[in-house]
Amino acid sequence: MELNAIQKSLLKEVAELDALPVGAYNIRSNGQSAARNTTDEIDIVTKTDKPGIDIIIKPGTKKKSVHIPVIISESGLKENVYNDFFIGEDCDVTIIAGCGISNCGGEDSQHDGIHSFYVGKNSRVRYIERHYGEGTGRGKRLMNPTTVVELAEGASMDMQTSQIGGIDDTLRVTNAVLGENASLAIHDKILTEGEQHAKAEMHVEMNGDGSNCDIISRGVAKEHSLQEVVIGIEGNAACSGHAECDSIIMDKGVILATPQLKATNVDASLIHEAAIGKIAGEQLIKLMTMGLTEKEAEDMVIQGFLR
Amino acid sequence: MSKWLPDGKERYKGEMLKLENICFEIDDKEILKNIDLEVDDRFVAITGPNGSGKSTLLKIIMGIQAPTSGRIWLDGTDITELSITERANLGISFAFQQPVRFKGLRVRDLLELAGGKKMSGKERFTHACDVLSEVGLCAKEYIDRELNDTLSGGEMKRIEIAMAAARGTKMTLFDEPEAGIDLWSFQSLIKVFEKLHQETDGTIMIISHQERILDIADKIIYLKDGEIIEYGEGKNVMRHLSLDESPSTCAKLQEKAGLAQREAN
Repeated sequence: MELNAIQKSLLKEVAELDALPVGAYNIRSNGQSAARNTTDEIDIVTKTDKPGIDIIIKPGTKKKSVHIPVIISESGLKENVYNDFFIGEDCDVTIIAGCGISNCGGEDSQHDGIHSFYVGKNSRVRYIERHYGEGTGRGKRLMNPTTVVELAEGASMDMQTSQIGGIDDTLRVTNAVLGENASLAIHDKILTEGEQHAKAEMHVEMNGDGSNCDIISRGVAKEHSLQEVVIGIEGNAACSGHAECDSIIMDKGVILATPQLKATNVDASLIHEAAIGKIAGEQLIKLMTMGLTEKEAEDMVIQGFLR
Repeated sequence: MSKWLPDGKERYKGEMLKLENICFEIDDKEILKNIDLEVDDRFVAITGPNGSGKSTLLKIIMGIQAPTSGRIWLDGTDITELSITERANLGISFAFQQPVRFKGLRVRDLLELAGGKKMSGKERFTHACDVLSEVGLCAKEYIDRELNDTLSGGEMKRIEIAMAAARGTKMTLFDEPEAGIDLWSFQSLIKVFEKLHQETDGTIMIISHQERILDIADKIIYLKDGEIIEYGEGKNVMRHLSLDESPSTCAKLQEKAGLAQREAN
């Protein structure tokens, strides 16, 4: 399937791809598989019972990547996709996912994706997910991604998720369960503007001794947008968890941050930090003394904050 | 003496900086009183007791605070009505007494910004590394550090000085660079300013209580209660102050300088 200019530009935004990637990939465009490549170590199979794919990574696969971008350029398209990742033991892989919607029509476009990761013993996974929306139509751009993570003994996952503008409404749910000595890091970045609404719910359950998690959530709410962040950490073993929820509020934005910590084991050590504030005037002044205008200074502060 | 520039700005020939009858009031309190000042030397130190208006004076030159009345000229251009940004682009830089921290922005981001648009990306990076070395920080170790609270006060301070100096503008203002730094950096700080004094093409104005900084200044401004009490060559100002009008203040000043010196040693 040939991609048109809009589809190509979406692909660049969500996966930084100018051409087809190296290694395994599956590109989903307007509800269909547009391109796919499998390798000896990484297989991609279309699900038969529901929309979506299974990505099966053989044990011992090292230094390999999988790209699975989704792009929607048809106004009014609504889809619900299930992608399951089965990652064998002793792997070291990078998975790049993301969804771009370009909606220039009058009807709402919506992508709901459920990504499930079953990470085998001692495997390391780096997961990068970008959400992006554009278009001038009245139709809304909606995304509701759910991420399910199960980390086996000694497994680790580093998730970098971002949604920088363009999505009208989103509910992003992440649920993770950690086994013995498993480790999870989440860096979530979000920027909302206009009348956008974004809600993120993250819940991490640490069930194995020696497990740990570190969640960093950074948000910027501009104009009349609304952001809600719920970060819950549950320690059911000798484990350590840290969550940092940091937001910049601008204009008439609204931010609601809810920390939740639950411990059922005396050796669980859990920390939650949350802060909401506007851009400090002195930060703007400092950058202005270096030649930036107030607007440029503001952009630079936000760009750094959401890096 | 004066002529009109094409952009409509009145130009006068003369000093790098001229302040004319600058007053600053806040809450009915006079912070600066009728300051007239012409600066044409390369290294001018401003000293005086706390609350004498030193920081306010520098902030008014940078445009961070607007004077209640009076006019400011930079190298022949009337900058009184110009914004901070416009003044920065005309050639004024400012090192804050309390450096600002940024989550997510790295040392290199700001140093490269200081390097300016004229340089290529690679030149900017090399320049950033060079100026870090100048303030005694290992470029390799610091260039990618975030300007957040993982950096100590002393490290922030040195980076702040590097950022202001890196812009290489015709006027660089330092608000008490010695405040809040650790002992090790104090020694290197003096060397940094000695070097800046020797090598810079522009004018440096620096608020300081440090004898060794005052020693290398071409001229010293002694500010008290919002007024310039003395302005002249270093030795004359110091001698005059110690023998004459305000012995108690100067004794304090010398004591302060001596104390910091002893701490540094």
